[in-house]
Amino acid sequence: MSEQVLSSQSKKARPRGLPQINPVYFILAALIVAIILNNPAFVEPTGYMNFLKRAAPLAILAAGQLYVIVSGGFDLSVGSLITLVVVGSSMLSNNDPSSTWWVISVMLGIGLAVGLINGLVVCYLKVPSLIATLGMMITLNGFAFMWSGGAPRGYLPDTFRFFGRVNIMDVPVIRMLPVAVIVLIVVGFLLYWLMHRTNLGRLLHAVGDNPRAALLAGVPVNRVRITAFVVSSLSAVITGILLGGFAGVSTDVGTGYELQAITAAVLGGAQLLGGRGSVPAAIAGALTLTAIFTLLNFLGLPQPVRQVVQGLILIAAVALAMYRRKRTGQ
Amino acid sequence: MRKVLKVATAMSMVLAVAGTAAAQNFNDPEEFARQKEQLSMTPQGPEGQPWAQYLVDAMADTAQYKKDGPYTVCFSNAGVNNPWRVVGYTNMTEEVKLHPEIGNFVHVDAEGSDDKQIADIQDLLAGGNCDILIVSPNTTAALTPAVEAACQRLPVIVFDRGVETDCPVTFIHPVGGYGFGIQGAQFVADNVEAGGNVLMLRILPGVDVLETRYSAGRRILEEAGLNIVGAEFTDGDNAKTKSIVEDYLQRGSIDAVWMDAGATAVAAIEAFEDGGFDVPVFVGEDQQDFLQKWRALDLTAIAPTYPTYQWRTPIIAAVSILKGESVPGPEWVLPQPAITAENLDEFINDKMPPLHYAMCGCEDMPDYPKAWGGSE
Repeated sequence: MSEQVLSSQSKKARPRGLPQINPVYFILAALIVAIILNNPAFVEPTGYMNFLKRAAPLAILAAGQLYVIVSGGFDLSVGSLITLVVVGSSMLSNNDPSSTWWVISVMLGIGLAVGLINGLVVCYLKVPSLIATLGMMITLNGFAFMWSGGAPRGYLPDTFRFFGRVNIMDVPVIRMLPVAVIVLIVVGFLLYWLMHRTNLGRLLHAVGDNPRAALLAGVPVNRVRITAFVVSSLSAVITGILLGGFAGVSTDVGTGYELQAITAAVLGGAQLLGGRGSVPAAIAGALTLTAIFTLLNFLGLPQPVRQVVQGLILIAAVALAMYRRKRTGQ
Repeated sequence: MRKVLKVATAMSMVLAVAGTAAAQNFNDPEEFARQKEQLSMTPQGPEGQPWAQYLVDAMADTAQYKKDGPYTVCFSNAGVNNPWRVVGYTNMTEEVKLHPEIGNFVHVDAEGSDDKQIADIQDLLAGGNCDILIVSPNTTAALTPAVEAACQRLPVIVFDRGVETDCPVTFIHPVGGYGFGIQGAQFVADNVEAGGNVLMLRILPGVDVLETRYSAGRRILEEAGLNIVGAEFTDGDNAKTKSIVEDYLQRGSIDAVWMDAGATAVAAIEAFEDGGFDVPVFVGEDQQDFLQKWRALDLTAIAPTYPTYQWRTPIIAAVSILKGESVPGPEWVLPQPAITAENLDEFINDKMPPLHYAMCGCEDMPDYPKAWGGSE
């Protein structure tokens, strides 16, 4: 808190007029310029639309993860929930195109249940979220494995894959518009509105910043936290639907996504342990992460060099975000 | 961050390989030539049962191991941690059911860990119930001492990956990684004109059976004057595979795709489809989803195989050895056929799961297709 008091003073001292812009947007812009320099075809719609399509799942997941981070927790269960959604959907749909709607409903139901359980365990059993969701991650991985037997058992029908795979062609100006990008815009706006334009968003920030103070101020802390976990799990279900649509069934599709989502949120300036974060910046963080991967692909560096560069860029970007926050308090 | 984990894994694998087998050569011209020759050899043994056939005509005498049944057959398995091994292990358990002489089949799963597998083998030996030990080693060098110790006590059969000792009664394996690389690349060389662009997709660096596929493939493509536009690691991940191919398509045309394993072949094909490109000459593997896509799109393609029927052979060998019948040895080299346009239809069964390895030699077994996850 003291940091914030200090920062609000330093803000006053600052000359007015220059708006504070989150550095993640500059990093993203720089990476995109670098990509275009390496591959001029990127400015064509197929270039940037494919990029957005590829980034959409992670962007939605990061925006959902942000809810839990802002409320002061972590959600490590999202990666294995993605896997469960993809594997489960392929098992349930049994290649029947008309099953898509009820399968998606069942998956959202599973997401709701997982989020509720995560939230209840954290709030009422007082298990730290890191451990609670780690346990959930292992459990869901086990479920996915039991369900599939270790190898995919079925396909996803084209009606299910519509969301992650199909590009709407012959759109004026942009020529092609992937359905995944529409999903990203809709879900992204919804999550933005919920976080930054409703009371829930304010309560989330209050709980994450100082749960004790929030409780004394009459905030229903447990309900707010549980809501955060539910939002995160539902975003993971949507991510799973997009990923399964994009590339089909595999049994390790969600592996590592939990850490990528947290990284994206932190790149977007979210504060681990709660109290600060922005949905648009988390989405920009996810685009930045995807841009790093894409740029390194385009540069054609050997794999080990690529991984070293990738790690260094990540650390540098997060360090920059932290430095800026210290300086400006934002 | 997944990438960071991959780096850690990759580095530990590189270190493991470098530490244990610094002299390991993944581009050995002699082995390349030998496997190339074996690909065209006519196998000996029962017609139409490649899992019981052999290419190298040398037999191991097993009279000293003859004993009365029922037998306890013990199996130390490196893991059932990928779809290939899932299919293979099913083949094995179904083969066991065909042999009434086997009273007891003991399976221990090392879950991909050298340490656990070494301990597993020691436990099996200490238990003293095994009449014969089958080992599918997790890594070659690390498991060698454990296998040597087992050889002192009972007959041992090694299959899939090898060990650096000739003490086992027989080492069962198909032709090998060079052979796999040759079959696919030769098909590309025969179907794409010199100067054509070939994209090579690989799973991971540092795994011997995959490195040899790549070195053999690359050698053939280069000799044919083809232009290798890139060799990329996919981590066996569908989404990453599709993204890589999309990126390459933005930068230029691709006349052929060579893969060192086919699990993500359909994702790579979809990158062409979704971008509105014609699917070029393709090298996949014997996974059902790839074979079905191949037929549906009428591709110019080939599916080299690392046949899962090799999981049946150790059980057959175990029973023969305990009966004192000679078996091919010290190496039992199984034929390694490729699926081509001519025999594609024989291997397609749309009731099977997407990553069912069609070269399983399992179609005539009693519990097919249910035990392999197929629908009736």
